[in-house]
Amino acid sequence: MPKTGCCKPYQTTLGIEKEYLVGEQALTGMRVIDLTQYIEGPVCTKRLADYGADVIKIEPPGTGDGARNMGPFYHDEPHPEKSGLFLYLNTNKRGITLNLENTLGKETFLELVKKADVVVESFKPGTMERLGLSYETLEKVNPRLVMTSISPFGQTGPYREYEMTELMAFGMGGPMYHKGRADKEPLKYGATPTLYHAGAVAAMATVVAYYGMRRHGKGDYIDVSIMDTQLGTMDGRASALIQYQFSGKVASRGAPMGVGPAGTGSGMFPCADGYVHFYGGLRLERQTKMMGDPPELRDPKFYDPETQGDPLVREEYEAYFLSWLMNHTKQEIFELGQASGNVCAPMKTIDEVFEDPQVKVRDLFVDVEHPVTGKVKYPGRPFVMEKSPWAIRRPAPLLGQHNTEVYSELGYSKEDMVALRQSNVI
Amino acid sequence: MGKLPLEGVRVLGMTVILAGPYSEMFLADYGAEVIRVESIQHFAPGTRGQYVWPPKGAPGYPNDDPGERPWNRHATFNSMARNKLAMTVDITKPEGMEIFKRLVRVSDVFISNYVPDVLDRLGITHEMLKAEKPDIIWAKISGYGDTGPYRDYRAQANGIDAIAGQASTRGYRDMDPSSGLPGASAADPAMGIAAVFAIVSALNYRDRTGKGQLIDMALSEQFITYNPQPFMDYAMNGRVQGTLGNRDPIAVPSGNFRCQGNDNWVSISVYNDEQWEGFCKVVAEEWVRDPLFKDALSRRKHEDELEKLVESWTKRHDYYEVMHRLQKVGVPAGPLLDEAAVFQDPQVKAREYLVEEYQEDTGTYLYPGAIAKLRNAPLTIRRPPVRLGEDNEYVYKEVLGISEPEYQRLTETGHIGTAYAPGVRAR
Repeated sequence: MPKTGCCKPYQTTLGIEKEYLVGEQALTGMRVIDLTQYIEGPVCTKRLADYGADVIKIEPPGTGDGARNMGPFYHDEPHPEKSGLFLYLNTNKRGITLNLENTLGKETFLELVKKADVVVESFKPGTMERLGLSYETLEKVNPRLVMTSISPFGQTGPYREYEMTELMAFGMGGPMYHKGRADKEPLKYGATPTLYHAGAVAAMATVVAYYGMRRHGKGDYIDVSIMDTQLGTMDGRASALIQYQFSGKVASRGAPMGVGPAGTGSGMFPCADGYVHFYGGLRLERQTKMMGDPPELRDPKFYDPETQGDPLVREEYEAYFLSWLMNHTKQEIFELGQASGNVCAPMKTIDEVFEDPQVKVRDLFVDVEHPVTGKVKYPGRPFVMEKSPWAIRRPAPLLGQHNTEVYSELGYSKEDMVALRQSNVI
Repeated sequence: MGKLPLEGVRVLGMTVILAGPYSEMFLADYGAEVIRVESIQHFAPGTRGQYVWPPKGAPGYPNDDPGERPWNRHATFNSMARNKLAMTVDITKPEGMEIFKRLVRVSDVFISNYVPDVLDRLGITHEMLKAEKPDIIWAKISGYGDTGPYRDYRAQANGIDAIAGQASTRGYRDMDPSSGLPGASAADPAMGIAAVFAIVSALNYRDRTGKGQLIDMALSEQFITYNPQPFMDYAMNGRVQGTLGNRDPIAVPSGNFRCQGNDNWVSISVYNDEQWEGFCKVVAEEWVRDPLFKDALSRRKHEDELEKLVESWTKRHDYYEVMHRLQKVGVPAGPLLDEAAVFQDPQVKAREYLVEEYQEDTGTYLYPGAIAKLRNAPLTIRRPPVRLGEDNEYVYKEVLGISEPEYQRLTETGHIGTAYAPGVRAR
């Protein structure tokens, strides 16, 4: 368990937290009803939960969140309680099952909303209206409610019912068409960072509206479009949209616009044991300093902005640079380069990140104990808060794990629970 | 329209390039009074352009012309400069530092994204800030964090992408990372969003407890939380994932396919048998009925072949047409939009995503609008992209209560200005 700042028991809105006791966190006291599944929605509610909100995750009875069926799986065993994706995305949430298609289920949902500050949903636009649970309805039972809807293209517009993927988010919202080599197809990021970005944007907007509600007493409805979250800037997109108006030129693969480093000694280079990234160009003399100021590189043509760009000059410089890099390891280069003021970094493989000296000293990865998988190291906090820390209070919930706890907090008796079960509500 | 959520919150930003300025824009959009603290004696390349006086043809300026005040005209700076204020002061001089301290006293939040040792040398420490304002919230953004062996290392988003493991999972399957692959700079905007979340969460904590705090934000750590699948895979199975190119661990086919026209592409992903059925109906060619592709496992086994066939079909169709036809049967597909296409896209238009901003030194252009739409706090452009020193008079006289003669003296001694001092260069 991460160290905690103070020893006050963690208070949920409805009762004392039993499983873990941690200090007061930044969002302690915030109550969230979470209807989201898969990636972008759970990213949003994970940020809220990890910084202290009491997030009650509602899953459909039987199947649960679709992410439970997505890998990677613990020991490569496909199982709804062993999805690494689900386990990572749902830490600190309490899990209940509830059938929203059912009248009794809807009434139970409204009871939860009455005692909540925030509802987050990521259904296909129109679903909440169809269920009779639109913001207009929920606002009536709780006028201070903040509700966040996350969808592929937003709640309005001609594409509102279209499906979304990582590729589409980066291709339509983001600038994928100019990412890659001119002679090849445009290239996506590894895994799904654009969907995480959409979730992070939703978390930002939610916490802003929640803060506004606490100060001004009025809730709000937030419409997050994954496409919009990319257009607003993924990898220089915002700037490129303006530059296009400035010059009439579109960027292309091989000649991207306004993003990334350019010039001699810039980019990804091989070295003795992998690759290193350098930002050279303007500050090339720092690279030569790193290499011990070799006589071969003293010619001013390498540094003069007028001659530096000449392909032959660049080639001559980089041939020397490359031979030097091949005689050093990426970590050596990183340290020597930084000592001479270079902007450079080693390319780490996934296993190497776990062993990185900075990552280890700062305890970035944390052990999370889970009833089915046991202890696993998860990527930890996105940032460090001195007084109101990120903390793992509990692992991701088993399907329906907190039904008894949450429904009894709502005032349902054991007999009520049996009735709910028999009417296929939970 | 009611009050904006962050009305009454004052933020000081001493920030460069992207992560810091980007977070300032959202805080300003949501109603905070954001004051950029800049200096006319110091030019940070990459913030108000790459150069004070750009060479001819330098990219990023209206009509490719840097103009008389290039620092007010650069696309990247202007893309995130609305709704803010800007003042200048030379904090390397004692009286400049005194002015900065007086500003801290009347502010709620301080954002910085200089390398920590630069701030140490300037004398900007948490102790100093707390002495002026005990409950100050400081979002201290850096490449690698405020502690540890890399604390004072220089960073930039492409390098973060490399050290955080993302670069090792990105790339063409048949090429190595040094083969001219594009750099990726998403770590910066990602941090901008995280910083707003962190700051507003800290304000919430301050309102409950009366306490401010230091928020230590490392680009590298924040970006790792955008890419957890391969880390979980290693932690659970010891597997070191490399790159899949554009392929997907679940969907087959999944990738970018060439369409009709010049360099037009559509992305298509088929996640399950139901979507495959829909795909087959639209494509309606013999090969889609081939038993080789009958289920997910056989499609995975024959993925190379399948991709070629998909492209043989997409090549004969318009990229938008492919999206509409496939989406109508529930198959995720979408065109890859270049900048020109974004301005024409019906969804972008219908949502009125782009908003007009006029600034005296730049002119009128369309800018990216609200990244999330808040019904009761819609985006309003209260102020255009802020010019260097534009709000000196307001900040010095109204916020700090400095008299006119004193203001004149500070102007003469070089604290206050709207142009960089003679001799200031990019480096």
